[in-house]
Amino acid sequence: MPLVLPPSVLGFYLLLAFSPQHGVGKWLHDVFDIQFVFSFPGLVLASVIYSLPFMIGPVKSALQQLPPSLAQASYTLGKTERQTFMRVLLPNIKPSLFTAIVLTFAHTLGEFGVVLMIGGNIPNVTRVASIAVYDSVENMDYGTANAYSLILFCITFVMVMGVFIFNKAHAKSPLE
Amino acid sequence: MISINIEKKLRAYSGQQWLKVNREFATGSITKIYGPSGAGKTTFLKMIAGLIQPEKGIIKLDDLTWLDTSSNISLSPQKRMTGFVFQNYALFPNMTVRQHLEYATNDTRWINRLLTVGKLETLSTHKPDHLSGGQQQRLAILRALAIKPKLLLMDEPFSALDPKMKTALIAELKLLFTEFKLTVLIVSHNPMELEGLCDGEMEIDTEG
Repeated sequence: MPLVLPPSVLGFYLLLAFSPQHGVGKWLHDVFDIQFVFSFPGLVLASVIYSLPFMIGPVKSALQQLPPSLAQASYTLGKTERQTFMRVLLPNIKPSLFTAIVLTFAHTLGEFGVVLMIGGNIPNVTRVASIAVYDSVENMDYGTANAYSLILFCITFVMVMGVFIFNKAHAKSPLE
Repeated sequence: MISINIEKKLRAYSGQQWLKVNREFATGSITKIYGPSGAGKTTFLKMIAGLIQPEKGIIKLDDLTWLDTSSNISLSPQKRMTGFVFQNYALFPNMTVRQHLEYATNDTRWINRLLTVGKLETLSTHKPDHLSGGQQQRLAILRALAIKPKLLLMDEPFSALDPKMKTALIAELKLLFTEFKLTVLIVSHNPMELEGLCDGEMEIDTEG
């Protein structure tokens, strides 16, 4: 669902779910003294819920593309499913895993709707760069908005280039 | 001794077919398995290893029941610990030659001996990508032997080897098989390939 729901809708439901007034949020608050709404940990949790499906898809697809005989060979050597996953399957989808992690991180970095809903816009607590850009434009402070945007652009550009270079280094020629 | 009495439904172009095998293999015997393409030779080996479940049947190794569908007994591949040489080798791209063997066993002396048998000592730090087809095939055989299995299942294990290497490797393997009293089942398409190695043969064919 997080893949297709508008981020603001997902953020709204998470806001309701983690509200300290009722339900899970109240239980977390009463029992563990944890409040996810309008806090940085809540912002991180909401981002994970929103972004994880974007990572799971490519990783699952990479695992499915491995020949089944790899896992079977490991089982016949007496290895458990966990050992097989950690020692054989996971290392052999390294490029896909790296790509998924970096792109999901870059995607999360620019997230706006979910973050604004669950975290609000509290300076030095939950104001992230993407919200700061919006905030600066709202206040007609285009210089600050430009600075934030440029920083986000540079970080994202470096990440995408890094993924591109890494994948090119690991790609095999079809003639090999 | 391993006794096998299994039935497995196979899907084929012409419809469903039954693979039925009822046979005993003496301890230390080396048996060649042959039959037409699609007859279920690989499926047969995988059922013995526990990688595929038959519809019904019994598999016993000496007094230990590996499979008895009537009693819902089916040991996992990890507990059966058959040495298995896959037709596509199934080597791990992330591991070097030595790491393949270290993944299977901690016995360094045994690893060194296997590397010598397979003539891969000088390639021990190479990954499968940097090995020829024949070298990959030898590594697949060595990895299966690394766990010192009682039963070795080999699916077309010598198809990528040149005649000289094949003769040398078969001679070395025969010594190992005898030393460890290994029961070996080898699938092969080439009738001449295993001459002098096998002491029995079995044809696999399906029933419509």
